[in-house]
Amino acid sequence: MTKDMLIIDNITKRFGGLMANQNVSFSIAEGEIIGLIGPNGAGKSTLFNCISCYYNADGGRILFHGADISKKTPEAICRMGIGRTFQIVRIFKEMTVRENIMIGAFLKHVKLCDATAKAEETADLFGFTEKLDLPAGSLTISDQKRLEVARVFATEPKVLLLDEMMAGLNIQEVRETTDLILKLRDMGITLVLVEHVMEGIMPIANRVIVLDYGEKIAEGTPDEVVNNDKVIQAYFGKKYHAKRRGRTAPLQ
Amino acid sequence: MKKGIIVLIIFLGALAAFPLVYQDPFPRHMLIMIMLYAAMGIGWNIIGGYTGQVSFGNAAFFGVGAYATAILLVNYGISPWLGMIVGCFFSVALAIIVGYPCFRLQGHYFAIATIAVGEIMLLVFTNWEYAGAAVGIYMPILPESFINFEFHTSKLPYYYIILVIFVAALGVSHLVERSRLGYYCRAIKEDTDGARSLGINIQRYKMIAFSISAVITSICGTFYAQYVLYIHPTSTMDLMMSIQLCIICLIGGLGKLYGPVIGAFVFIPMTELTRVYLGSEGQGVDLMIYSMLIIILAIWRPQGLWAIFTRGTAK
Ligand SMILES: Nc1ncnc2c1ncn2[C@@H]1O[C@H](COP(=O)(O)OP(=O)(O)O)[C@@H](O)[C@H]1O
Ligand SMILES: [Mg+2]
Repeated sequence: MTKDMLIIDNITKRFGGLMANQNVSFSIAEGEIIGLIGPNGAGKSTLFNCISCYYNADGGRILFHGADISKKTPEAICRMGIGRTFQIVRIFKEMTVRENIMIGAFLKHVKLCDATAKAEETADLFGFTEKLDLPAGSLTISDQKRLEVARVFATEPKVLLLDEMMAGLNIQEVRETTDLILKLRDMGITLVLVEHVMEGIMPIANRVIVLDYGEKIAEGTPDEVVNNDKVIQAYFGKKYHAKRRGRTAPLQ
Repeated sequence: MKKGIIVLIIFLGALAAFPLVYQDPFPRHMLIMIMLYAAMGIGWNIIGGYTGQVSFGNAAFFGVGAYATAILLVNYGISPWLGMIVGCFFSVALAIIVGYPCFRLQGHYFAIATIAVGEIMLLVFTNWEYAGAAVGIYMPILPESFINFEFHTSKLPYYYIILVIFVAALGVSHLVERSRLGYYCRAIKEDTDGARSLGINIQRYKMIAFSISAVITSICGTFYAQYVLYIHPTSTMDLMMSIQLCIICLIGGLGKLYGPVIGAFVFIPMTELTRVYLGSEGQGVDLMIYSMLIIILAIWRPQGLWAIFTRGTAK
């Protein structure tokens, strides 16, 4: 495996008395697809906000290519090549699809014509060619989520942190999304995917990290993780866990 | 798009030809005021419209431009054209000093902070002996010439100077709209956190937008000082002026290139006419009319009057 490019080192984040992240550590190698899962409220989005410096972590470091980035600003993080999306979409609803992607493209392409060209090229990749002139607010939720990825993709990131891309999508859309993620990986982008449901990312993740109540409770391949006792308890509760242990069939 | 350019050329041609056809001083004065406020409105629109940072302190830039020009001319005999440039420097400095702390404030707090800044400037100039305190400054009457920026026999030269300033402001606004700066400003207006996630330094772009706004307004201040030849604090940096600029943009269309132009053409004639026909007793009547206009607009066409022209067409 190649050298770790992003290292999460003992990250702790408190909200008053609530420990949203507690000494979370793991590392990500270039070209990997990492799944970050856990029940609602486990602290996944908080961790994304710490990595992208929307929150200041109360403890720990984040190393990107060996340099500590935990005290930087969100815009600096983007410029270093770590892009992110939000759990609740934050596209520019009053702008057209083209303009949304252009805002991202402007980071590396200062001139209007270059940014437009880059935006249209990106739109092609994400299947927005027909929708370039539509107001972004008129898109379906699944399109809006994809637009948010397209927009940050246009900043030409090395790492993408995607927060709940698949929540609320139907099976067909989940399949399209996994195809898209694989395509991004093949283009050399390292991906961290937050999901609270496992189905979408299990087939494509190289490694899965599981959070529960702010703590990392498991890490491993998708197969290892779904059979992990702690994970099953976290997702289904102790009762279900006890019942399941009685049977022999593996969780599918 | 093509049709728009033809309309613009006809409009600017008509503006240029107007004083040659109508020689009366009053219509000329009216159009001078309209163009002055249109230019200032365009300046306000860059920070308040595109960037969504409502400023009730823009009159301070107008005052700084007017006072820099007047003080340099009266005390040092420096040409108002140089005074205009010096005024711009001071206005940008003020924009940066005010913007640096205030742009950290979210939403309405920025607007409130700019009211305070505007009022502080007004107080400072009202009490500053060197700047004529509450009495203000009378400009020396110099021989008519372009270099002296004074014309006594006709308003015609003033008319063309403000026409050039107005067209230049429109040009700057157009360039902003069609550049990365303009796109970034709109992104900041719509969603600050979203904009930051795309690498946009919010503070920096707000500051640039505010500075451009300050320069345009400051140049208008210089023009005003030379046009009226007498300035005092309440005629140059009253809160009311900042509010008027905001109203002009609201009426015409917030964040739209021609919004402030339409706004000024509707707003200024009414203000000037109520002043002429109702005198000082009519003070405030124009504002009552605007309040009603804004309420009607808010219900019927919340995008401003500009939306009437673009109805049915995409952009
Ligand atoms: N800004 C905040 N202020 C206070 N509490 C927060 C904030 N953000 C998240 N939390 C709390 O932190 C915990 C983790 O939230 P979050 O990271 O959003 O979980 P997840 O994304 O895994 O569903 C939750 O209990 C949530 O209520
Ligand atoms: Mg979340």
